[in-house]
Amino acid sequence: MVKKKKKLKKINGFAIQFLPYSEIKDLNSDERIKKVLGIILGNNILILQGRMRPQEETRLIGDTMAMIDHVKSFKGIELAVISGDGEGESIWDKMKKGLVDALAGGDMGAITIIGPATIVKEMKRDPRKIELMLNK
Amino acid sequence: MFQSKKDVKLGFYGPPNAGKTSLANRICKDFTGEEIGSVSKVPHETRNVQFKEKVEIEFKGKKMTFKMIDTPGIATKIDYEEFLKFKVKKKEAKNRAKEATQGVVESIKWLDDMDMVVIVLDATENPYNQVNITIIGNLVARKIPVLIVANKVDLKKADMKKIESAFPEYEVIGISAKYGENLEEFYESIFKLSKQI
Repeated sequence: MVKKKKKLKKINGFAIQFLPYSEIKDLNSDERIKKVLGIILGNNILILQGRMRPQEETRLIGDTMAMIDHVKSFKGIELAVISGDGEGESIWDKMKKGLVDALAGGDMGAITIIGPATIVKEMKRDPRKIELMLNK
Repeated sequence: MFQSKKDVKLGFYGPPNAGKTSLANRICKDFTGEEIGSVSKVPHETRNVQFKEKVEIEFKGKKMTFKMIDTPGIATKIDYEEFLKFKVKKKEAKNRAKEATQGVVESIKWLDDMDMVVIVLDATENPYNQVNITIIGNLVARKIPVLIVANKVDLKKADMKKIESAFPEYEVIGISAKYGENLEEFYESIFKLSKQI
């Protein structure tokens, strides 16, 4: 009896990429956003040391929207930022600290997680943790 | 010499389906008799920035004239398949998604032009959504006065405490735009906030 060969199902994989802040520190806003979107479009979940400026985060959202129309099967991103030393801090405390840090060149204690919506279904965030729910 | 002040540009920002248009409609209806836009259970009903000029709000003997600016909900992802759940036809859903993405871009562009902004949040949802934090962070950076409104307090799932604890530096006004609950407090806060312009 001939054994039937099992066929492996295709795995639509993804990678997790860590980006130290030093990689974006000297880039201008355009270059930062381009770099971040490049990583996301490569089906990677990006873990960025630090955080972008509030205006850059907004631009990232705007550019993401523009790309949904132009890149096939791209549905957008999931984005969350958490401050490393922010246990118990309110959003306001974090924003104030974030603004000061942004002016100084970035909040090194923060972590930004950005993933393509095709992979990351949801990022559940509370003041102390981020949970990533992935698409099946 | 007696040139009148320009109307205050009051923007309504927030995530999709939080009730921005419902609140703007309620205010416009109260003071002009007309609504600003249509509302729907389907997310991204507002896909263009909508305006209502010369809305004169009168409250406790004070008067102020606003230009109301109702903006499309800001999201980080838009998938046309989400609209299919609301029995929207595929072609229409795709078109809605395309318009919604353009609406988000338009909302963001308008941030710079606001004199003051009402952030409308859904009191039944988690306030620690990055979009909320990003919008408020931008307004703080631009020194634009912000009022946070927690809408849908008429619903059982509404959690005012959670929203207040997320934004302790802000006055959070719990309202129901649908039933017109607590709008007095909202108008009072709007007048108070206008002093910061």
